[in-house]
Amino acid sequence: MSIDKDKIKHISKLARISLDSKKTDTLAKDLSSIFKFIEQLNELNTDKIEPLSSILNEPLRCRGDVVNDGKIREKILKNSPQKNEEFFVVPKVIE
Amino acid sequence: MSELTKKSLTEIVNLIKKKEIKSEELTQSFIKNIQKDKKLNSFITKCSELALKKAKDFDKKPKLDNLLPGIPIAVKDLFCTSGTKTTAGSKMLENFIPNYESTITNNLWNEGAFLLGKLNCDEYAMGSSNETSYFGNVMNPIAENTVPGGSSGGSASALAADLTPTTIGTDTGGSIRQPASFTGIVGLKPTYGLCSRWGIVAFASSLDQAGPMTKTVEDCALMLEAMAGFDEKDSTSINKKKENYSKNLTDKIKGLKIGIPKEYRVEGMPKEIDKLWENGKKILKDSGAEIVDISLPNTKYALPAYYIVAPAEASSNLARYDGVKYGFRSSKGNNLTEMYENTRSEGFGDEVKRRILIGTYVLSSGYYDAYYLKAQKVRQLIKNDFDQAFKKVDTILTPSTPSSAFKIGEKKDDPISMYLNDIFTVPVNLAGIPAISIPAGHDSNKFPLGLQLIGKPLDEQKLLNIAFAAEKKINFKQTLNRWWEK
Repeated sequence: MSIDKDKIKHISKLARISLDSKKTDTLAKDLSSIFKFIEQLNELNTDKIEPLSSILNEPLRCRGDVVNDGKIREKILKNSPQKNEEFFVVPKVIE
Repeated sequence: MSELTKKSLTEIVNLIKKKEIKSEELTQSFIKNIQKDKKLNSFITKCSELALKKAKDFDKKPKLDNLLPGIPIAVKDLFCTSGTKTTAGSKMLENFIPNYESTITNNLWNEGAFLLGKLNCDEYAMGSSNETSYFGNVMNPIAENTVPGGSSGGSASALAADLTPTTIGTDTGGSIRQPASFTGIVGLKPTYGLCSRWGIVAFASSLDQAGPMTKTVEDCALMLEAMAGFDEKDSTSINKKKENYSKNLTDKIKGLKIGIPKEYRVEGMPKEIDKLWENGKKILKDSGAEIVDISLPNTKYALPAYYIVAPAEASSNLARYDGVKYGFRSSKGNNLTEMYENTRSEGFGDEVKRRILIGTYVLSSGYYDAYYLKAQKVRQLIKNDFDQAFKKVDTILTPSTPSSAFKIGEKKDDPISMYLNDIFTVPVNLAGIPAISIPAGHDSNKFPLGLQLIGKPLDEQKLLNIAFAAEKKINFKQTLNRWWEK
């Protein structure tokens, strides 16, 4: 399937990545050739095949719903690009 | 250059245990080599001072009963190291300093090792040539302007060039085995769930697995022993008893059945690689193994299925990089959404963006069944192929890569030809099974070539044993003119 510029614009909006028009062109070309490659899979009949959801033979473990960490606000805020004493700071959301 | 840095990890550990060398002397020798890393560009962060301090502390009170006593180790910059920058090769994490330690590195430190530095890799481990790193290309020590493979390219180069006695990488579609093959070293991708993924920057969670990269098979067994183990912080970690891979290592492989899959003889594969494969068969036969022809009929669909599953998981994993809690934030944008969009546009490189967009597309409304669900079905077929094969054979022998190392820039503008590099390594990740690449010869340019052994789930010991037997007979010799030091 060929991927046009409008489709790239739509996906990049969903993925929250801004693109200039030159990048959009290149990506449309790249993704078209990648999807052509991917679509070899259509040769295979998979109607009666169950999709593989886990490669482990056992189910995923769940841990108990107990607090095992905490009181690390300072440590967590340390790597934030913008913060005040207690919170992450982001551009204004509500007018 | 000190002769010490050329030795295998096992030899070095024995010298420390016999008190013939001190950790400080050992660490100094590697630091001296690392100072000449500039042209290789294998290190993103050097931890020389910290490592020397740890070495001196070790020498004061040496604990010699550990697996890795007083051993400095540089690791791929995808493993979070507490207090030391962890970048994943991305501008997004250029200044990220984790306040926790990955389980795998922690396991190494608990066995007496300490951090020597953080090694370059493709951005978020997405690449097969180490040309996507924000911190620049890594060169292969075998020749100038040649790629080391990827994504664990810095790990492979640093080890092959004697800048670290051993190292660790991660393998999502071949990122340990392909660079190991390109640089003439040993690389193992363990069974999914054997080594904890906790604290490793995530790429594709159902495929990612950490593993050792070493100079010899014996070293590989030792490292896997130190790394593997149950971790309750990783919900996919397998709860099983620890194994003594190094103690149980043997080259007695008489009677084992080795499968040769006909689908791995791909069109356009260089004759040299075919010859290498034939030679591998002969060597294992001479060691008493039985060679059996097998078929893995869906092999050709592994790579297209991988390029749905891996980007899908990546697009989801990388959604967390929004410029709020950690990492890079763009200064441009008038509102929250624009801040997100600019942060991700400026923070991610081209290959990462490409994969996020593929992933977003295949998971988007209306396309999920046609792509993602289809790929999960194909993944089941690939797994069935291996399950069937392992009813007949113990292990499968294939080449590790369809070519030897290529020149910088040669495949950069053609994503498909770059992706085809992983054609022999990807099926293993989709099936969650273990595989090892060992150096097996050279092509006419004197570039190393690797052979891959694929095993049943949790059958690492058998893989290591067969690799050990093959290694002895192959007697691979690495010759480097150390061009980067000139």
